[in-house]
Amino acid sequence: MARMKFLCDAERCIECNGCVTACKQEHEVPWGVNRRRVVTLNDGLPGEKSISVACMHCSDAPCMAVCPVDCFYKTSEGVVLHDKDLCIGCGYCFYACPFGAPQFPQDGAFGLRGKMDKCTFCAGGPEADNSAAEFKKYGRNRLAEGKLPACAEMCSTKALLGGDSDVIADIYRNRVLKRGKGAEVWGWGTAYGKPEKGAAPPTGAKS
Amino acid sequence: MNRILIVALAGGCAMVLAGCGEQPTVTVYKQGQYQGKPDTQPWNNAQFKNDRASWENKIKARTESQNEYARASN
Repeated sequence: MARMKFLCDAERCIECNGCVTACKQEHEVPWGVNRRRVVTLNDGLPGEKSISVACMHCSDAPCMAVCPVDCFYKTSEGVVLHDKDLCIGCGYCFYACPFGAPQFPQDGAFGLRGKMDKCTFCAGGPEADNSAAEFKKYGRNRLAEGKLPACAEMCSTKALLGGDSDVIADIYRNRVLKRGKGAEVWGWGTAYGKPEKGAAPPTGAKS
Repeated sequence: MNRILIVALAGGCAMVLAGCGEQPTVTVYKQGQYQGKPDTQPWNNAQFKNDRASWENKIKARTESQNEYARASN
C-alpha cells in the first residue's frame, strides 16, 4: 500500500464545515482546538474558493525536523503521529508547519500552552489501539477499525478525499478529466513535493 | 598482606563512593530519532488478527467508495 494522503478539491468544497464537525465529534476534541478547519480564499468575491485544511502528513514533515524532544514518528502508511507523553508544548512544530496543523489547548486563565494536538489521520497514537488512554489523548483510531478518517468519509460533496494516495489521485484525475478544469491540488506541492523522510521507525511499530 | 588489605580497602571505597553517584533523572535525547513509546500496526488487533492483506483490502474498498463516478456506474 502506498502512503496515506489528504486531497481537497477546491472546486467542490462548499464550506459546509461538515469535516470540522465530524472531526470534533469523532475525537471529542476540546474547546479551542480545531484539528481541521475550512479556509476560504477571496471570501465574498466572485470565484471564492474554500479548502479544508488539517495536518497533511507531509513526506518530509517540518514538525518532525524541529521537535526538540523527537516526539514525532511516521507510520508505515505515512501517517505522522506524536507521543503526547513526551511533548513539552514548546510550540516549535506550530511555527514550522506550513498548514498551521499543530494546535495547543489554551486551558486556564493565563492561556497555558498544553501538549500539542493535531490531526492523527484517525490513527490514534502510540497507546494500545482503541484503548481508553488512546481515545483520551489522541481520539478514535478508525484506521485500526479498517475505516478512513471521519472528515473524508463524512464529506457530502466528496471534496475532501483521504486514503491511499494512488487511489485518491486516480479519483481526482478522473474527476478533472470529466469536468475539464480545476486540476490544481492545493497543498500537495508543499506537503508531498519533497522526498519521503522521517524519523527512524519505532521498533515493532506502525512505522 | 598489607598490599592485599590496601587493594581491598581501595576497592571497597570505590564501591561505596559509586553508590553515592547520582543517576541522570532526565531522558537522554538522541537527535533525529523517535523517543516515545512504540506503536502497533493497525491490523495487529482482534478485528484483523494480524492479517495485513485483509486490512488493506478493507481500506482500499473504503477509499474507492469515495469515487462517486464508480458508484454511479455500478
